[in-house]
Amino acid sequence: MIFFWAFVVGGIICVIGQIMFDVFKLSPGHTLSILVVAGAILDGLGWYDPLIDFAGAGATVPITNFGNSLVHGAMQEADKHGIIGVITGMFEVTSSGISAAIIFGFIGALLFKPKG
Amino acid sequence: MADKKKKNLPPIAQKYQSFQDKREVKRPVVKNCIKAFFVGGFICFIGQLITTFYIHFFHFTEQTAGNPTVATLIFITMLLTGFGVYDRFGQFAGAGTAVPVTGFGNAVISACIEHRTEGFVLGVGGNMFKLAGSVVLFGVFSAFVVALIKTLLSNWGVI
Repeated sequence: MIFFWAFVVGGIICVIGQIMFDVFKLSPGHTLSILVVAGAILDGLGWYDPLIDFAGAGATVPITNFGNSLVHGAMQEADKHGIIGVITGMFEVTSSGISAAIIFGFIGALLFKPKG
Repeated sequence: MADKKKKNLPPIAQKYQSFQDKREVKRPVVKNCIKAFFVGGFICFIGQLITTFYIHFFHFTEQTAGNPTVATLIFITMLLTGFGVYDRFGQFAGAGTAVPVTGFGNAVISACIEHRTEGFVLGVGGNMFKLAGSVVLFGVFSAFVVALIKTLLSNWGVI
């Protein structure tokens, strides 16, 4: 069942992005930035974790999860070390996305030649 | 915003603007949304397959399995971008491929490959986050503000 909800919730988040593209005529950069900020705020309100439990990858794969896991990392560390933890723990949870993008980006640049 | 822009233009340009607005091809919003829904949903479905794989074989929990899933998806994106398949999907699906984390991966990886001819330090290194930088910036800054407010509130005993 979680496969179905992952499909539906992920699809709905993409439709929200598509509406921002087409109806509000925003560039992809603006759209993605707004979605990331929305993810961070939703996690601040405590609504994102229930969504992950409900939809699994439907909530963790869209870019909104990036904002969510940034807040998660910051809060985890802030619980241990107070206000300083907000800065030191920022990338604790989300490191996989950034490091994977950097590492595979560089490997891609080594392997592939630009086309067109 | 559009009206403000129009007021500052000379009359002939205003005329042109309204002429252009009339001739502009209407975007098929509903069709695009349906495409985005199915492609985006499909990517999340694949993500769920990978998540289930990590939960069963590497003992991640539902909350932590998101991280290796994201890394795996970005790896797949690298291959698709490198072989030039991803931008064709992107043209078809619009936000369906841009909103999942694969879109973020594609932005970084395509910038890397594109600027490789300018050298590895100034080209690849300098332009890596050219497109994806805004996502990182606003993600980090908004997370900073949200986490700061939450920490202060819990320190003062509000929540």
